[in-house]
Amino acid sequence: MIRVILPAHLRNLAKVSGEVQLEVEGSVTQRSVLDALEGRYPMLRGTIRDRVTGQRRPFVRFFACSEDLSHESPDALLPEAVASGAEPFLLVGAIAGG
Amino acid sequence: MSSVRVLVGTRKGAFILTSDGKRKDWEVAGPHFGGWEMYHLKGSPADPNRLYASQSSGWFGQLIQRSNDGGKTWEPVGNKFAYEGEVGTHQWYDGTPHPWEFKRVWHLEPSLTDPDTVYAGVEDAAIFRSTDGALTWQELTGLRGHGSGSRWQPGAGGMCLHTILLDPSDPGRIFVAISAAGAFRSDDAGQTWRPITRGLVSEIMPDPTAEVGHCVHRIAMNPSRPGVLFMQKHWDVMRSDDAGDNWREVSGNLPTDFGFCIDVHAHEPETVYVVPIKSDSEHYPPEGKLRVYRSREGGNEWEALTNGLPQSNCYVNVLRDAMAVDRLDSCGVYFGTTGGQVYASTDAGDNWAPIVRDLPAVVSVEVQTLL
Repeated sequence: MIRVILPAHLRNLAKVSGEVQLEVEGSVTQRSVLDALEGRYPMLRGTIRDRVTGQRRPFVRFFACSEDLSHESPDALLPEAVASGAEPFLLVGAIAGG
Repeated sequence: MSSVRVLVGTRKGAFILTSDGKRKDWEVAGPHFGGWEMYHLKGSPADPNRLYASQSSGWFGQLIQRSNDGGKTWEPVGNKFAYEGEVGTHQWYDGTPHPWEFKRVWHLEPSLTDPDTVYAGVEDAAIFRSTDGALTWQELTGLRGHGSGSRWQPGAGGMCLHTILLDPSDPGRIFVAISAAGAFRSDDAGQTWRPITRGLVSEIMPDPTAEVGHCVHRIAMNPSRPGVLFMQKHWDVMRSDDAGDNWREVSGNLPTDFGFCIDVHAHEPETVYVVPIKSDSEHYPPEGKLRVYRSREGGNEWEALTNGLPQSNCYVNVLRDAMAVDRLDSCGVYFGTTGGQVYASTDAGDNWAPIVRDLPAVVSVEVQTLL
């Protein structure tokens, strides 16, 4: 079971509170986790990855195990602690603006 | 019993203001989508309970929301705005070619007859249409593809398609305006388009009378006379009596002819409203006095409307989509400011009062007259 923590605006949009728990088939990567997330919550399509290009939106960052994974390949394996459910995969809205 | 519903988009959420036909006591609902930029909300003329809303943020991109109960509840619908075919380039600020990139939806215009058909004006400038209640969107490619698209250049606020007008007398006729490309008309339901800028003069352009490049801020029409258009350009208030084929200036005695919004009285097609703004480098009213100007002669002769509006130390702006009229017998006029006030007049502009004073900066105001 993969644990995902969404930023507040996306929790509101998806009508969830707290962590989201997802079953992910096959390799646990950014892409497979986000595909599973968007499959469960279609209203999140386009809010994390661009709707057309599939690229990470510039002000959305990915963290896990105290590391910034935003620039890792979408197909790189996420840390074992995320795959095992010991640690959450965090989607973070970058601090921007004043 | 008639009533009105005012749909207010702000920088930090949407608000819905409702009142009975007297328009004296108001109920304020919201914020809906708190914290998100709500560029525009509009109701379907064919089904007033069907609303569409543009929700966006710099973090999480573009969403479209739809309501089937007049804004009490909402559901996110389709947000895939993919340019069709070869994306192509427009001019960047430095004159170099720049590929079209979708940024946000500025304006949603529901069909006059079908609640499931709605048009979206987007940045970078293009027009999309949905015929399934905003679940899916298709670009009307003839606009970008008509030949001048590669010469379009963004204004300071972005290259946005912000105005869409549907002609109630001719289902095939659509008007759009783009900053800073100009104004365009389709006579075949959006398949083909041509510029409608003859008569516009923009001294800030290398060729002041070029076919494209004019910074059109807003176009308005009275639905009973759709061939007559009024335009607030970057500078100049303009009028066309032939559906945009030719324009003439009607700024007349305005204290400044810079501004953003413009609208037409619901029952008097020669009565027009603007809010003059000091200049393109000072986006606030002249002399710190918030004044709506009304012409009852279709332009040229303008009178200041000040009763109930602040006449000292007022430095707000009124953005292009932030003025609307209702259709009650005594025409109501509404506008919102970047200071968060929404003002209403129930007597065609003679007297004004704020409905709310302290919203986030207002981006758009639309009114539904419910009979």
